[in-house]
Amino acid sequence: MHIPDGFIDGKTAAVTAVISAVGVGFALRQVRRELPPRRVPLLGLAAAFLFAAQMVNFPVAGGTSGHLVGGTLVAALLGPSAAVVVVTTVLIVQCFLFQDGGVLALGANVFNMAILNSVVGYMIYRMVCHWLTGIRGRVTAIAFAAWCATVLAAISCAGQLAWSGTIPWSVAFPAMATVHMFIGVGEGLISALVFLAVYRARPDLITETAQTGQPQRLGELVRYGLLATLGVAIFVAPFACSWPDGLDSVAVKFGFGHKMAPLLPAPAPDYQVPGIHWAIGATAVAGAAGSLIVFMLALLMGRWLVPKPKDL
Amino acid sequence: MPCRRPALQFQTERLVTVHWINHHHGRLDSPVHRLPAAPKLGVALVIIVATVLAPVQWRAWFIGVAGLLVLAMLLSRLPLFFVFRRLLVLSPFVLGVVLVNTFQPAGRDKWLAVAVKSVLCLLTVILVSNTTPFSQILRVLKSIRVPALLITTIALMHRYLFVLMDEAERMRRARASRTFMRGRRFHWRALATVVGQLFIRASERAERIYDAMCARGWK
Repeated sequence: MHIPDGFIDGKTAAVTAVISAVGVGFALRQVRRELPPRRVPLLGLAAAFLFAAQMVNFPVAGGTSGHLVGGTLVAALLGPSAAVVVVTTVLIVQCFLFQDGGVLALGANVFNMAILNSVVGYMIYRMVCHWLTGIRGRVTAIAFAAWCATVLAAISCAGQLAWSGTIPWSVAFPAMATVHMFIGVGEGLISALVFLAVYRARPDLITETAQTGQPQRLGELVRYGLLATLGVAIFVAPFACSWPDGLDSVAVKFGFGHKMAPLLPAPAPDYQVPGIHWAIGATAVAGAAGSLIVFMLALLMGRWLVPKPKDL
Repeated sequence: MPCRRPALQFQTERLVTVHWINHHHGRLDSPVHRLPAAPKLGVALVIIVATVLAPVQWRAWFIGVAGLLVLAMLLSRLPLFFVFRRLLVLSPFVLGVVLVNTFQPAGRDKWLAVAVKSVLCLLTVILVSNTTPFSQILRVLKSIRVPALLITTIALMHRYLFVLMDEAERMRRARASRTFMRGRRFHWRALATVVGQLFIRASERAERIYDAMCARGWK
């Protein structure tokens, strides 16, 4: 998902850079305020860990392999602000040292992978945790949150590419969304397994702020939420309202991506209804159904991975 | 080493792929390496910004930048094959977009422009990052008033990146010499345990580093 230089035009680069600078600046201030000095080196080490972990290849069917992105995992382990700083650091080093991701596209990459992926992932994680307690709930939450965050980051990336005029939205959106729906499943599984491994070995290492949602974190999350919404509103919303064509293929691909057709035949007639309004509705329904299915999968996985909640 | 590649199922490759890290040519010496870092980074940034923003019609600009980069590359004594391979390794995204755009009507000019721009920018960053020590890049970042916390984090990450990657490789080797693979499901869990353990070790190391930093007078 690293966007190279040349794919993002001037206005997109400028807007993403401003939004990312505001987000990272806020995260740095927050970290400086709440992280004890003892844990400052942990940020650098966590960034090095994330970089090394991203290079661990997990076997996927058919001889291919996937790897971790990790924003949500780090957010669940260290808290959202620390995760924004850590992932931003990884992206900066990848950009300057290993030329992975462009210099002008750094703002876009930071927005997609550091801010959107970590913060939205963390929000979903907290929401599900609030509802499902215990380690089983946490494992479910992190798997689901990682999936959502991966797909959202991919959609935002597609929106930026389309806004730059590099790849048309009707091509970028279905391609990125479909591919990352599958990648997201792997991401969720790895994140949950790694989180569980850390939790079982050293539960004390998971930062307290990440464990107990204190009320003052609400304001922090609201600010991040506003920033993420602003970005999504700029990059994605214009296209969602004015799809000229390729809409049906998007909807169908969404349906296929979620394996929705055999399970939920009801929304299918919506595809045939002409008119943008209905098709957007169909895509939204398909997205919601897909999320529900992934959530069920995450729930099952939580049950399968964590045998008895009372023991832990 | 004989134990590098145990003939176990799914164990045909290293846990951590480090092949491209070993090819960092920061230690060579040449006129390009000796240039002061700040102007070099500034010029590189100007080149990248102008190349990205330049309209397609500015053929002369693209050719000029390409000529300048080739000249700098020859002066810097970086092995040509190395630079070429870095370009290839980093280009899958470019190639993918080129492929996607060929199916678009009237997309040919556009993809050519995108490909040229992104290769030129990539070449610029490859040149700069391989001819400038990382500590100097950090010093430049500090002088343009990037927050100190971010710089500390970047510096620590760069310092311990290779340490942690070695650690991951040692853990993989240790696990491979002690366990047999029972199938893909088991493999995922085993790898996740290794990654989790890597996080634990990183945290413990961070605490030791903090003590060491305090002992040396870090405020």
